[in-house]
Amino acid sequence: MLRYTVRRLGQLVIVVAVLSILLFAWLRSLPGGPVSALLGNRATPESRAALIQQLGLDQPLYVQYWKFLQRAVSGNFGVSTGVQPGTPALEVFLQRMPATLELSALALLLAVAAGIPLGYFAARRRGSWLDNVSITWSLVGVAVPVFFLAFLLKYVFALELGALPVSGRHEAGINATEVTGFYILDGLLTREWDAAWDAFLHLILPAIALSTIPFSVIFRITRAAVLDVTEEDYVRTAHSKGLTERVIRARHILRNALLPVVTIIGLQTGALLSGAVLTEQVFNLPGLGQALSLGFQRQDFAVLQVVIIASAMVYVLVNLIVDLAYAAIDPRLRTR
Amino acid sequence: MALLEVRDLSVSFARKGEPTVTAVDGISFDVQPGRTVGLVGESGCGKSVTSLAIMGLLPRRGTEVSGSVLFEGTDLLGLSQRDIEQRRGRDLGMVFQDPLSSLNPVVPIGLQVAEVIERHRGVPRRAAMSQARELLDRVGIPDPDRRLKEYSHQLSGGMRQRALIAMALACRPRLLIADEPTTALDVTIQAQILDLLTTLVADTGTALIMITHDLGVVAGMCDEVNVLYAGRVVERAERHELFAAPRHPYTAGLMASVPRLDSSGEQRLSPISGSVADNIPWEQGCAFCPRCSNALQLCGQATPEVEHTGDGRLLRCHNPVGEATPISVEGP
Ligand SMILES: Nc1ncnc2c1ncn2[C@@H]1O[C@H](COP(=O)(O)OP(=O)(O)OP(=O)(O)O)[C@@H](O)[C@H]1O
Ligand SMILES: [Mg+2]
Repeated sequence: MLRYTVRRLGQLVIVVAVLSILLFAWLRSLPGGPVSALLGNRATPESRAALIQQLGLDQPLYVQYWKFLQRAVSGNFGVSTGVQPGTPALEVFLQRMPATLELSALALLLAVAAGIPLGYFAARRRGSWLDNVSITWSLVGVAVPVFFLAFLLKYVFALELGALPVSGRHEAGINATEVTGFYILDGLLTREWDAAWDAFLHLILPAIALSTIPFSVIFRITRAAVLDVTEEDYVRTAHSKGLTERVIRARHILRNALLPVVTIIGLQTGALLSGAVLTEQVFNLPGLGQALSLGFQRQDFAVLQVVIIASAMVYVLVNLIVDLAYAAIDPRLRTR
Repeated sequence: MALLEVRDLSVSFARKGEPTVTAVDGISFDVQPGRTVGLVGESGCGKSVTSLAIMGLLPRRGTEVSGSVLFEGTDLLGLSQRDIEQRRGRDLGMVFQDPLSSLNPVVPIGLQVAEVIERHRGVPRRAAMSQARELLDRVGIPDPDRRLKEYSHQLSGGMRQRALIAMALACRPRLLIADEPTTALDVTIQAQILDLLTTLVADTGTALIMITHDLGVVAGMCDEVNVLYAGRVVERAERHELFAAPRHPYTAGLMASVPRLDSSGEQRLSPISGSVADNIPWEQGCAFCPRCSNALQLCGQATPEVEHTGDGRLLRCHNPVGEATPISVEGP
């Protein structure tokens, strides 16, 4: 198990290394080269000269790459030119990460908490109204584009009914102390319950919008897996031993059915960021998704670099966790 | 009183858009306490469906079960879901054909044994585990302490079947059903497993329904035999009498198709021609008629009734083997 983990962490290093080469090449292939890319078009000759010096652009390519790596490792990705001009790119990233993480975590939680139980019960009561309604909903869920659903939710529940906030992370003028940048957590830590509640209300609609696709996928995979497993010989053996429905469900059906579900949760987590780009736009959340789309619009390559590297690392890490969870459930992987 | 009395058991499967399949068509047989009763017949004749019906393990959807299965006088078919659950594993145990797929791959062997004890004896996990250890030891699994924590993929085929036997016998049921328990195993292992079953049921006084298509298994361990054909019992006899003088042409054919060590080299095996797929339904005469070497004209027209031919023997045939003249039977 330990060797397995170490090996997977090694893969993480390789992925990041390959990605750094791609980014390095990308910056150098841009019109005007990395200097224009990183400083924007209105840079003074002095600042350009300073950057050329700093990046070592007058030196051979491998030296440039080495310097690039050194800067990256020390967290120096340059200064934002378009998203928050003048702020170091890493700082922009760190400021915006909590909003996206909070949103994605809540969306994933919703998707898992609804998808797995519904998938299970739909399978056990195949053909019932619960099954039919869930299947239809999950079809709608994958078919409707995220931004359209986000817009629809906002229109109905925020603008028309006024039941939930329209946009942002906090009501203007609320008295909230920032500790970690995760607003719900901050509210709980500082015992500012109203602030925590307010942050939560702001997250509901975006989280629902973002969760529909992962929910639909998790639901369908769970349902199919439970249907498959219920037919297995070992479930019949469990029945032949007179075990109660509860034990058969938890010990013999769910554990086996969860294997494909765990895999799909990993894949869906990776896809959350692209959904977050759209959701954050609609609800005007100052997160990474917004930074990504602003970054592309305003050609802020310093910020783009950080976000791209970070999301790749998250993706690999999530898949590492998925593999570990898989091995924790399935002994055939552990003892090989 | 018999431990188990199966009376007129019929099972049919109805699927949307498909004709209804009658897999078991009015089977009756008894199992006396402590006896080993064979159910013999070729693939598709309804052996597994019969055993699943007794255990109440058939899928509920689209399955029609009729008749009765009296276990110590209680009709198992009439029990509520809860009541039959309480009897499975405690009064009735079952061992299946494929030991690998019959074990849960993600649950340790020990827990799979202990959970039966936990369920029916109401003992806590630790006590159940130590009983499970003893059971693994008794079914001949070496190093039971280690095996308790292992998973099915770490066991050999023979050990898996031993573990399944341990589970089925954990609560000392009065009836064990073994559905072709050795078909998926190597020949050398087969003999060991059959030995183990014989010893265990003898030690515990458990009655055994041994399901097989292998007459060698029947000859080795059954007290009495029911020969099934197309969902019906066609012949029933004590083992010695059956082997000494098979009466039904199907039984005789089965015996002739078993290789024998004592037969001379020139004597060819004579397999029964055709297969179950050729069956005609029992309503239009004998289902075995198209494949029968003894068939009379009558056989294709009137369904033979069950006859008791003395010494507890039972036969369903118009023209049994070893008889000069056909018995005349009133058609239905
Ligand atoms: N769930 C089911 N739905 C429909 N038909 C079924 C079902 N289970 C069994 N059957 C049919 O019932 C018949 C008897 O099957 P069964 O499994 O009892 O045969 P068997 O005597 O055990 O044969 P084998 O030696 O191959 O195990 C077969 O024709 C089979 O196709
Ligand atoms: Mg069978």
